[in-house]
Amino acid sequence: MNKPMRRVGIAMLVMVVLLLANVTYIQVVKADSYRTDSRNQRVLLDEYARQRGSLVSQFNGQVLADVVPTDDKLKFQRRYLNGPMYAPVTGYYSSRYGSAGLERSEDDILTGSDPRLFVRRLSDMVTGRDPRGGNVQLTINPAVQQAAYNAMMAKGYTGAVVAMNPKTGEILAMVSTPSYDPNALASHDGTAQGDAWKTFTNDPKNPMLNRAISETYPPGSTFKLVVAAAELESGAAPSTPVSNAPNVLLPGTNTTLENYGGEVCPGNTFADALAHSCNVPFATFAGQLGADKLRETAANFGIGQTDLVIPTKVVPSSLGALDSTAALYQSGIGQRDVRLTPLQDCLLSATVANGGMAMRPQLVKKLLAPDLSDLEGFTPEKLTGTPALSSSNAQILKQMMEASEDNTKGGGKKANIKIASKTGTAEHGSDPKNTPPHAWYTGFAPADDPQIAVAVIVESGGNRGLEATGGTVAAEIGRAAINAQLGGG
Amino acid sequence: MSQPASPDSAAAIYQTNPQRELPTRRGTELAMLGFAALIVTCAFVLVQANQEQELSFSIIWYGLAYLALFGVAHLAVRRWAPYADPLILPSVALLNGIGLVMIYRIDLAMTERATQSGNDYTSAAPKQVLFTALALALFLAVLILVKDHRTLTRYGYTCGLIGLVALALPAILPGSLSEVNGAKVWIKLPFFSIQPGEFAKILLTIFFATFLVAKRDLFMIAGKKVFGVELPRARDLGPLLIAAAVCLLVLVFEKDLGTSLLFFAIVLVLIYIATERAIWVVTGLAFFVVGSVIAYKLFTHVQQRVANWIDPLATYYDAGGGYQIAQGLFGLGTGGVGGTGLGAGRPDIVPEANTDFITAGLGEELGFVGLAAILMVYLILATRGMRSALAVRDTFGKLLGCGLSFSIVMQVFVIVGGVTKLIPMTGITTPFLSYGGSSLLANYILVALLLRISDAARRPTAKPRPKAPQQQAPLAEAHTVLVRPPSAEQGGAE
Repeated sequence: MNKPMRRVGIAMLVMVVLLLANVTYIQVVKADSYRTDSRNQRVLLDEYARQRGSLVSQFNGQVLADVVPTDDKLKFQRRYLNGPMYAPVTGYYSSRYGSAGLERSEDDILTGSDPRLFVRRLSDMVTGRDPRGGNVQLTINPAVQQAAYNAMMAKGYTGAVVAMNPKTGEILAMVSTPSYDPNALASHDGTAQGDAWKTFTNDPKNPMLNRAISETYPPGSTFKLVVAAAELESGAAPSTPVSNAPNVLLPGTNTTLENYGGEVCPGNTFADALAHSCNVPFATFAGQLGADKLRETAANFGIGQTDLVIPTKVVPSSLGALDSTAALYQSGIGQRDVRLTPLQDCLLSATVANGGMAMRPQLVKKLLAPDLSDLEGFTPEKLTGTPALSSSNAQILKQMMEASEDNTKGGGKKANIKIASKTGTAEHGSDPKNTPPHAWYTGFAPADDPQIAVAVIVESGGNRGLEATGGTVAAEIGRAAINAQLGGG
Repeated sequence: MSQPASPDSAAAIYQTNPQRELPTRRGTELAMLGFAALIVTCAFVLVQANQEQELSFSIIWYGLAYLALFGVAHLAVRRWAPYADPLILPSVALLNGIGLVMIYRIDLAMTERATQSGNDYTSAAPKQVLFTALALALFLAVLILVKDHRTLTRYGYTCGLIGLVALALPAILPGSLSEVNGAKVWIKLPFFSIQPGEFAKILLTIFFATFLVAKRDLFMIAGKKVFGVELPRARDLGPLLIAAAVCLLVLVFEKDLGTSLLFFAIVLVLIYIATERAIWVVTGLAFFVVGSVIAYKLFTHVQQRVANWIDPLATYYDAGGGYQIAQGLFGLGTGGVGGTGLGAGRPDIVPEANTDFITAGLGEELGFVGLAAILMVYLILATRGMRSALAVRDTFGKLLGCGLSFSIVMQVFVIVGGVTKLIPMTGITTPFLSYGGSSLLANYILVALLLRISDAARRPTAKPRPKAPQQQAPLAEAHTVLVRPPSAEQGGAE
């Protein structure tokens, strides 16, 4: 009976050999495809333990986010300096809740897994140094960010501020208030993370919403810049006469559209209409221009772009359906279904400031290797390539905006800084007449050599309720940002 | 084969003068145990280092516990089975030790997870150490009580009965007393739970071996001849068929496919060895194929298992789908050839990381190299058992040793094959590695029996005298042997 026993012994051998062959297949041949499967969390978890790169400003190299070594298993904890102020820019990086903002869109660089860092990773491996992530240099100017954030917070406003360099598209400030502290989400204490997440997400003011790029609002009168640009392109001049009537009947309806406060327009030229933000002329302009022309001009300002990333994703702004003359009338003053992100609103001014050419907004100035050598620089890029209006018309519109600034109330004006701007007071909600309006301010300075374009929105009237206007509420915030950039304090 | 077959050794007694003194090889065993202890301690230190734990007193505690346990086992073997195979115990010690380290390592990961999410986690490693101690106590008891494995034949049918009852009990008990994670294979007692199937495996192997020894002649000659093959009479085959059928029914009822596969394979192998007729294997495999097809048609959980086996990534998101297998494969893939290093991987991501999927964790952290080494240790363990079975003189010992050795490899094949997607996954424990008291206890009994058989195989026919007078002609003893019917039990051999 030893012969069958030997055969069983051989069978055992064969079984183990089969296992070995299969394990070879799994761990050698197929290893890579299993390792890189998107559902394999192991690689991701390893990245948490890597020294994550920093987010720094292009101005003075100020650090917005870095890491501090810890003695737990994740080795490094993310630290946000001035977390709430920069949260809309940086986003957060949480071991339980993932990431957002630049932390998410530049994750490959920050963790060091980007292909451009491959050679360095390899040399790290050879030299036995722990791999580190690359750094991201931001276009943000801390002075502007701080001025805008502090101005919003001082008044307790809910809203957003966006500032950019009109010539390059570099975003100088991106503020959203109220904000949250991303440090709480980067905590290595799971419970603390969970509590912070709950607090932030349950807050009715929604502090984790980045109002600057992830929310759209009716732009109100700031949208008149688009209508004015289209009108100038269609041959109008500042002296073109317009109606100064206090209201106009919406074609095909019994509803009237009024000037602000139902007043008669103080002047009867196109220039006067923009300077005093009279609604009736702009509603009529929009009706005359038609949906196609309006849409075309708006598109060259960037409205309607659905794939804009800075590199954080920006929600698209849009004009709505524009399916009737009445709709065109209402859209002409930035109501009805026109909805812009504050970033887009900033692009309106920036485009005018840059001679009619919209520049692609960008938050990242440079990608740096862990040793701070350059990986890739950011070059200014045109947004659509087609100007929204000719440079001569842009010059005309700029002068009209300067007149508008002269008529705009609110503090923060400096004698030595010449601003061109437009305010907006946008109705919203189901009962627009009794809901405090959104207060807008968009503009650029210095008017003759624009260095900064801003847009400010203060939701629901800020601290002024129904009486709020763009000028009384939002303007001083915009000016604070401008002054910070131009050194006027 | 350095070990002479039994006729030779019988002949040796007649001719050698002075008598051949076989080395006991206890020294080898001790050295190999020391080697195993070294590997296990290194593994343990690696885990500690990679997990950035301070090299704490726990190392000393676990290390001492390990050494003490196997030191005692070694002394017991010296005392009660001095001629036992010297590699069996060290192989077991190594596997058990690596299992402990891995269970401890997964404890660390789970504890950290639990603190992160604010839950509690009870460490498994201290319990496993306790189980190891209990198992070694049982191991000792078996070595002491079973002085000669042939005495087990007296309890063959008793073993069979107890085994069947143990196997059937979880199926009969209400689910609240027997079901854990969908497998109805437990008996839940107030303070602990046992998996009676693990013990039934040994009891039934003893029964089948006893039964076949008694009936093997009838199997071969007393039946009708069909297609040139002697079929046994139904009444001779009856108990066997009933036992096998009950096994399979009960196990299908308990949804424990792995164990039924294991039992089936053991029975098949035992019958094949006893009868030396390959036709039994062919018939058995045919039955297996038919049974598999029927089970596939009848049971949705079997279909699910097969679907998960064909492509675990496709059923990844399904309930009861391939998530677990896929995660195991991800772990194995991430480990690659060299592994991530003990304590540096993330084996805890795979559900059941310290039981069914412990080999996935080992493959991840030790890589292909480590997993292959572990498989080789299993192979060494089983082939040493098989060699002892070949060398032992009695038919029962041969059958029992062969069945037990085969069961080790079969079990490893079923579970590791399931984890690595060679065959459909069936929940079954990994001998000596995975967390679980019943499995450990049962497998130590198995090892004690193997050692007992190997001791019998290598022990000189006559008991070694207290003081061996070398030059004396062993005439008296030669006669003692002569009195025995020399080749009655070797009739079937060779």
